[in-house]
Amino acid sequence: MTSAYLIRADFPLFAARPELVYLDSTATSQKPRVVIEALEHYYREINANVHRGAYDLSVQATLAYEEARRKMARFLGADEREIIFVRNTTEALNLLVYAWGLRVLKAGDEILLTEMEHHANLVPWHLVAVHTGAKIKAIPVRGDGRLDLDSLDRLLTDRVRVVSLTHMSNVLGTVNPVAQIAKAAKEKGALVIVDGAQSAPHMPVDVTGLGADFFALSGHKMCGPTGAGVLWGRYEMLEKMQPFLGGGEMINEVYLERSSYAKPPQRFEAGTPAIAEAVALGVAAEYLMGIGMQNIWQHDRSLVDYALARLDEELPEVKTFGPRGPDRGGVIAFTLGGLHAHDVATALDQHGIAVRAGHHCAQPLHRKLGLAATARASFYLYTTRDEVDRFIEALKKVREFFKDWL
Amino acid sequence: MSLLEELYRETILSHYKSPKNFGPLADASVSIKGDNPSCGDQLELLLKLNGGRITEVRFQGHGCAISIASASMMTELVKNKTLDQALELTRQFKAMVVDGAEPAPELGDLKALAGVSKLHARTKCATLAWNTLEEAAKEAGTS
Repeated sequence: MTSAYLIRADFPLFAARPELVYLDSTATSQKPRVVIEALEHYYREINANVHRGAYDLSVQATLAYEEARRKMARFLGADEREIIFVRNTTEALNLLVYAWGLRVLKAGDEILLTEMEHHANLVPWHLVAVHTGAKIKAIPVRGDGRLDLDSLDRLLTDRVRVVSLTHMSNVLGTVNPVAQIAKAAKEKGALVIVDGAQSAPHMPVDVTGLGADFFALSGHKMCGPTGAGVLWGRYEMLEKMQPFLGGGEMINEVYLERSSYAKPPQRFEAGTPAIAEAVALGVAAEYLMGIGMQNIWQHDRSLVDYALARLDEELPEVKTFGPRGPDRGGVIAFTLGGLHAHDVATALDQHGIAVRAGHHCAQPLHRKLGLAATARASFYLYTTRDEVDRFIEALKKVREFFKDWL
Repeated sequence: MSLLEELYRETILSHYKSPKNFGPLADASVSIKGDNPSCGDQLELLLKLNGGRITEVRFQGHGCAISIASASMMTELVKNKTLDQALELTRQFKAMVVDGAEPAPELGDLKALAGVSKLHARTKCATLAWNTLEEAAKEAGTS
């Protein structure tokens, strides 16, 4: 990969804050200049509503928006008709819950999740369970931070109608064997939904190869702006689905009492979309593809291996979570002695190190770990080895500062 | 003195490691749970009231040094105060940690938390126990 030291020059925020060590890309990534400029360029020179104007400017806006859809299709190895623009992963999963789950599932049906899910892949299913009487089950997480696949045979009953799971944990960094689980789920006739919020920004994703039916991502975690994400769905599934939101742009014919709907993907994009954000997300995807997703993955992998090795060696008071090995992305959730994660994060912040502290929207996983909170450092294409060193050195100072209270 | 040294002094860390008035309270007149959903901190405040006066106060739960120390010192301060006095102290405490006001003399040791006003990310931790106290006073007033 192009050196992370060079890549940093693409990100204006790092020039504005040269002392900052930003280790919270799992929450949201920083934005390269090309993405920031794409937003401005869109508003300065292209802005009009899409899919409606007879005039040239609207045609230009529509072309830019649809070009972004093609870029996202290329990014995911999908057909462009299968790319639905949504706000983020949360909205994508809610779309599936409202358009499919609440309509199709019945009492006695089972929804299979995992213990490492983000609240975005738990709470929407709770709504389904309450309204339909369907039952929620979860694949357990083992002590090493990987899913307990031995339990799959027992959990994957004929009553399971949907398996919805994260591709990569936002806490443990675990990359789940989605293709293997999807294959087993499809044999039982279950629908497979993949939360790709953490995987799509960090590793090559080929949705067709995953064997899933749906894949959701958030643009803001992959160098795009907030407010634009993608739900990918197999076209024959999308065609069968009813809309989530009703309104303009998603219709075919509208009468006073009834309407018919447009074909996918428009069927699922009611109202004026986040056009500039979608266009800029397309630019972000192109930027990442230019660097190479496999290169980004290797970079994250080498940083996390380096950081874990130094933590193990030099900071025995630090406990880290998640697997060791090639199925581990650039996320390190950790605790320092008996200190609370918030106090550790505040102390690191005083040294210019930005990490997140809390349950990271994964309370059930933290309950399983027996912790209310962890601190979390995460890496991305612009994270340098020097920054990992500064993080470790700062953590040593924090340990020294709190030494009587660990 | 760094902000870290200003905030994480002996007072706060010792209250964190050995909180005062920590644990259950039998026959509490009011018990109210408070939490910061974004960070997972949870505490329960238990009060015994007699004629509008707090005769006994305890708390239990988990949180960071700032939230636990704040709760611990709060229970010491409001014991044997009337609910009205406790609410006035709450106002003074929030003025200090949220708005950065000079610590009111009535707050005593709690002035150790004044530095929180410079850490916006942590004001929720410092005020958790006090917000819960306000809820408890509301509950006591309506029951």
